[in-house]
Amino acid sequence: MNERVAPERLAPEPRAEERKAPPAQTAATGYIGASVPRANAKRLLEGRGCYVDDLKLPRLAHVVFFRSPHAHARIRKLDLSRARTQPGVLAAFDGRAIAEYCSPWVGVLGHLKGIKSPPQHAVAIERACSQGEAVAAIVAETRAQAEDALQHVEAEWEELPAVTGMEEALAGRTVIHPELGDNICFRRELATEGVEQAFAAADLVVEETFGFGRHTGVTLEGRSILADYNAAEHSLTVYQATQAPHMMQDIFSRHLGIPEANVRVICKDVGGSFGIKVHVYPDEMATAAISVMLRRPVKFAADRLESFLTDIHAREHKAKVRLACTRDGRILAFDLDDLTAIGPYSVYPRTSGIEGNQVVNLTGGPYRHQEYRARLNVVFTNKNVTCQYRAVGHPVAVALTEGIVDVAAAKLGLDPAEFRRRNLIPDDAYPYTFPSGIKFEKLSHHQCLDKLLALMDYAGLRAEQAQLRTRGVYRGIGLAAMIEVTNPSPAFYGVGGARISAQDGATVRLEPSGMVTCLSSVTEQGQGTDGIFAQICATAVGVSVDQVRVITGDTGVTPYGGGTWASRGAGIGGEAVLQAGKALKSNILDLAAAVLGADKATLEVRDNAVCDKATGESKLPLAEVGRIGYFRPDTLPLKFQAELSATRHYTPREYAFTFTNGIQASLVEVDTDTGFVRLLKHWCVEDCGTVINPLLVDEQIRGGIVQGIGAAMLEECLYSAEGQLLNGSLADYLVPMTGDVPDIEVAHVCTPTRQSELGAKGVGEAGTAGAPGAVMNAINDALAPLGARVTDQPFTPERILKALKKV
Amino acid sequence: MEEFFETTITVNGTPVTRRVAARTHLVDFLREELGLTGSHTACEHGVCGACTLRVDGQILRGCLMLAVQANGRKVDTIEGLSDAGEIRDLQAAFHERNALQCGFCTPGVLMTAQELLRDRPEATRDEIREFMSGNLCRCTGYQAIIDSIEAVLIARRRTGRL
Ligand code: FES
Ligand code: FES
Repeated sequence: MNERVAPERLAPEPRAEERKAPPAQTAATGYIGASVPRANAKRLLEGRGCYVDDLKLPRLAHVVFFRSPHAHARIRKLDLSRARTQPGVLAAFDGRAIAEYCSPWVGVLGHLKGIKSPPQHAVAIERACSQGEAVAAIVAETRAQAEDALQHVEAEWEELPAVTGMEEALAGRTVIHPELGDNICFRRELATEGVEQAFAAADLVVEETFGFGRHTGVTLEGRSILADYNAAEHSLTVYQATQAPHMMQDIFSRHLGIPEANVRVICKDVGGSFGIKVHVYPDEMATAAISVMLRRPVKFAADRLESFLTDIHAREHKAKVRLACTRDGRILAFDLDDLTAIGPYSVYPRTSGIEGNQVVNLTGGPYRHQEYRARLNVVFTNKNVTCQYRAVGHPVAVALTEGIVDVAAAKLGLDPAEFRRRNLIPDDAYPYTFPSGIKFEKLSHHQCLDKLLALMDYAGLRAEQAQLRTRGVYRGIGLAAMIEVTNPSPAFYGVGGARISAQDGATVRLEPSGMVTCLSSVTEQGQGTDGIFAQICATAVGVSVDQVRVITGDTGVTPYGGGTWASRGAGIGGEAVLQAGKALKSNILDLAAAVLGADKATLEVRDNAVCDKATGESKLPLAEVGRIGYFRPDTLPLKFQAELSATRHYTPREYAFTFTNGIQASLVEVDTDTGFVRLLKHWCVEDCGTVINPLLVDEQIRGGIVQGIGAAMLEECLYSAEGQLLNGSLADYLVPMTGDVPDIEVAHVCTPTRQSELGAKGVGEAGTAGAPGAVMNAINDALAPLGARVTDQPFTPERILKALKKV
Repeated sequence: MEEFFETTITVNGTPVTRRVAARTHLVDFLREELGLTGSHTACEHGVCGACTLRVDGQILRGCLMLAVQANGRKVDTIEGLSDAGEIRDLQAAFHERNALQCGFCTPGVLMTAQELLRDRPEATRDEIREFMSGNLCRCTGYQAIIDSIEAVLIARRRTGRL
């Protein structure tokens, strides 16, 4: 083993990877479709990333929050005087003090008709409406001192009745916000004209109710923010683990009363997001306000208990679904009644109505029935808030669709794969309008199904399953077809009045050395944004990928844009990079044509040089272009101005969403004595259009599937009837570890979107969208010969034993 | 009243001496006092493995050990292993295979993997899964992590590094 020496004494050594030959794909062929490893992963591999909590600034103060121990209670008395005198404590504030610097918000959107929510403050005033809601902030020189001082906050509470059940909330005997009249945040109903008739005429109607456990994202890095107010400039720099820096810039600006251009939001490395870090959190807003109040940098980093209590939760649903079909297995109609609970507030600014709305939009999504009825009730409760978490609504819609489809197939005695084949929208039926109103540009359900069945050897597995059953081994195979919302247009948020950008921008700049810098408004949380943008940029300009540097996550330097959510980064941000790169190339060629006295049309950029298009002969290295353009423009024709950077933006507009599709399969074995389920294998065939980097796409899908498996098997935020979270630690709230997950095979069908030149659709949520449904169907397939069924996620051993009537 | 103890720890080969509050955890000491921010905390009670460190050659959880308990001992962090080149092949394999996304779990994962590579040269894929089962990764789904470790295990066996 090498002897270890301190970093400062270590002579730099060439890295193994630097000495290696460049990847097979080069600047000549382009990098779209190449598995190029991400350059920005190297710092993370050496522990040299920089997450918010790694940052220190001069005069940095630390804030911690005193949180409500009750689900619903009035603050009778809050005395911070003793806390203020504790060692190291700089200040202590209640909600009123902070409200003077930070205005409240209301989480509603215009296009979700009738959605309502009360004003919410950064720190609660008078009343806490869920356990964990912050009611006071303590600021100290160190975090430990601030936490010590928490014990000296004196609070007296008057407990109020807590509404914790969804049905109870809907019934509305106790109304959480009396000024709203009832506990209903949002309601939606839709029905096609012939739906009644379709159900009346059907040969078979099946019905089932599915339950979904409230769970959460569990980013390994907790939420964190460092706000640095500069009183002299009335400016605020915020280092934040967020997915949407421009959205946050706007929000800090409006709620703290600081001009937008004086607010700069910077995302350093972000330790996982999954939708958790795209919302406005009261404690983070309070941190920014306190930085203004104290005129110094202030940091807040949520610990794990705070994460479980206050990171948005998601997917607490109870949904009854009915399906009507003909004797020969043709689906005629779906009927959905979904109830979901969102906590005491609709989350700002994206609202908590979107998840249920998505369930309504997407239920039945892959199939070609023409009739549909849906009813949605989104209700307030005294638990933590819920909002958009990876795959928003999809896991619910897919599981209940695919669950009821399997019930129908079984009733008809049809193989589940065959039943799907008869009903999936034909691959030549596009463009297609689905009964819920959503439009599909082009999907490939049948190609995906065929590919999946071959990939998994479906027939072979069925034979093996039958054979094992004779030996008392209960294996199950589950399928789940899906559609997925990606590349959202302004129809998602902008039309509802939210100041959330659906467009993204990219600036691509030639450096004097011939290297290229690419700045993008999309952000990176590990999914590989920076990596794929380097590939797209290198391809567009004509340079090798190691010549490109990508900068993201800084409102002070990147173009304006939406950031990372709803599987939009590659498809929207990537197209902007492509167009900016092409524009830069054109500008480079203008300069080269002037220098060489050649016709621009005969020139091309290839392998880091301007070359003759026909012969490929190198004419002018880009380093020369940079040198002349920046240092010797005097040698250029008098009227010629070199433009060695270019900015382009892109918004998808033709379709509200660029839908993708795919199908997953799960193979499980159920131990009928213990109720334990072993996941043996999982498959996914997905169509995300142009695959920019297969390595990254497949790992996104695998990671997503494992989160879906977590939801199906392990994860649930358990609350007592009084609204107390019972499992607020990683020892009690289980997430998948290495031993809980199988190997996952991924394959692709490629139907590029024609809306953009790049043709990329989104992929980040597909795994999570389909996995729970596939796993549920596999478990029920295994249990079928025993006459048992499970429909309430997560499928814990206890629930399976109950279904088997063993407990 | 807080108690402080003079504590000397050999961190990545270099002895450092500080007066340390008795209650300070080793990982917080490394992060806050020494600026070695490669080790992370994500649960602070021994479940997730993000804080995995090596003390006198054995991995342990930096959130479960007090800094004062490390007095007189050798502590290695991801920064030290990286600079010493001890896990260059493992890091290269992770990079090549994209066995990390956000990277927050990665230092801990690498520390654990290196112990496996050192102590269990004959480990099978299932045994790798078992050994790594104390390191939570929320991003990758683990398969790429297992693939990378397996690849390095095989390569090290071949080149006799094990
Ligand atoms: S932080 Fe130490 S094990 Fe999680
Ligand atoms: S890479 Fe994000 S937690 Fe492992």
